This record gives sequence, C-alpha cells and structure tokens, in this order.
Amino acid sequence: MVVSLFSQFDSPWLFSIPLVVLALLVPWKLFVSSGASWAGTRSSVLLESLLGMLMNQVMQPLSKKGFNWVVLLSSLMLMLMTLNVIGLFPYTFTPTTQLSMNLGLAVPLWLATVVYGFRNHPTVALAHLCPEGAPNLLIPVLVVVETLSILMRPLALGLRLTANLTAGHLLMHLISSAVLGLMELSVVLSGITLFLLVFLTMLEIAVALIQGYVFAILVTLYLDENL
Amino acid sequence: MGLSASQIPEPPKKDLPLWDVKLGEVPKWVGRRDISPTGVYFAFKRAELKFHNKYVHVKRGGIAPYAMMLTGYCIISYIWSYDHLKHDMLRKHH
Repeated sequence: MVVSLFSQFDSPWLFSIPLVVLALLVPWKLFVSSGASWAGTRSSVLLESLLGMLMNQVMQPLSKKGFNWVVLLSSLMLMLMTLNVIGLFPYTFTPTTQLSMNLGLAVPLWLATVVYGFRNHPTVALAHLCPEGAPNLLIPVLVVVETLSILMRPLALGLRLTANLTAGHLLMHLISSAVLGLMELSVVLSGITLFLLVFLTMLEIAVALIQGYVFAILVTLYLDENL
Repeated sequence: MGLSASQIPEPPKKDLPLWDVKLGEVPKWVGRRDISPTGVYFAFKRAELKFHNKYVHVKRGGIAPYAMMLTGYCIISYIWSYDHLKHDMLRKHH
C-alpha cells in the first residue's frame, strides 16, 4: 500500500463516522459558557475577555450599521483560530485543510455581503465597480477588472486558508521525517533539523492564529464596502 | 381541593451505581439502562455537566480541564485514525 505525503489530510472513518465530525465539535465544546454564577468564575472571565478582544478587532473596520454582524464574524474568527491551532496537536485532524470546508465558509459569507449591498443600495454597489477619477476610455476595462476581482474573492479567501495550513502541515511532516531519518546517519545534523522544527512549529502556531484572523477581517472589510 | 397522598406520583427510584452492582446482576443492570437516542444524549449531558461543575465552574479554576479535554481528544483521534496510521508505524522509509 503506497502512503503518500497527502494521506495525512484524509479524514479517517470509524463506525461510519469521519473524524472531521469530532474535529468540528472541538471549538464548540472547548469553550465552556459560564455556569449559574453571577460573580463570574476565572474561566468565564478569561473567555469573556478573549471574546471582547475578538469583537473589538471585528468592530474596528465596521460602521455602526455593521454591528449586527459582529457576533457572527467574531465567532467565525474564534472557530477558525481554534480549529487551526488544535490541528497542530498530535494525531488530530484539521478541517480547515480541506478546500471544501473553507469554500463552504467563504462563498456564503462573501455572497451575503454582495447581496446585502445590491439589495439595499444597488446604485452605490454598482458604482463601486468603477473607481473614482478613472479616465473615460478605461472605464469599460476597469468595470470588467473590478467585477472579476469581486468574483475571485471567495476563491482567494478559501484557497488562502487551505494553502497556508496544508503547506505548514506538510513542511512539519517532511522535516520531522528528516529528523528521524538523519538520526541513524548523523546525530548532530538531526539535532540541527530538530532545532529548525521547533522554530517551524512556533511559526505554524502563529500562522494558524493569523490565518483565522485574516479570514474574518477580510469578510468584515467586504461587508464594510457593501454597508 | 388538593391532591391526596395516593394521587401524588412516587419519585423515580434511583438505581445502584455500577460499582455497587454485584457481578451476576450486571446484565440486568445494563438492561435497565435507557439506550434510546434521548437517553444516550442525556447520559452524555450529565457526564459533561458533572465534569464542568467539578473543574470549570469553580471560582479559581486552572488549565486542568482544558488539558484533560485536549489530551482526551488526541487519544480519541489516535484511536479513530489507527487503521490509517498502522501502515506507517513500522516502516523504515516514510
């Protein structure tokens, strides 16, 4: 049986249930909402401050009209960050390495912002297709370019997240295989590669958090354009 | 008006916990369990609430519950993907 590098991204099945189902439950079950204590426990205070920080980040680019969307976008940010970081633990499955999941998040959110803009103020939304101050001869070309760039947005959103996480996991897999393989040949080289692997792991944690943040903030920016 | 003593329903009898049940009576005890979907759901819910009340909803909690949850998740993921992983375990060249 040939096991390729990309077989780590398959979702294994047990009793006809894929592991992705369990992986998607993790952000829901990991963050426990506060119990019946009005004073607040340590964990509920920490969770509330984390949610407050995320909501502030989401609210910054938005005008007051967009505050209805803050809960959705901040929970999206928290979910993506959690899924990405938990995927770095051993033997776990990262749902955000699957393009199907990322496009499934990106397309409806992007489409919602576009439909919102066209429904509430269609003239303004259409006017965005032509940048201000453009020469008259270039306007048809610019409209086509702007339309294409808007249509490419969900693809870019989904692919960015998928590619970053997949590439990171692949690199970690390859370098850890190299560490194991080099152990027989040269312990010093293996040690140096292990040292690199430590730094790569730290980078991957940062990338996991940043990619979740970027996804949600970009949706916020697309929404702000259409408000 | 009001209910007489015979009209008030009796409270449900609490069953023995598993560690108090004699070995010969274990099959009968298992047979008394509620294995309908709602029964299974509420059993998980009771276990979850017991865990949360013990470790999370305390005034000065720590990292212990989250560490336990993540460790449990890693172990369950390992068991889930064992069939996929076993081909790689004793290979010399990956």
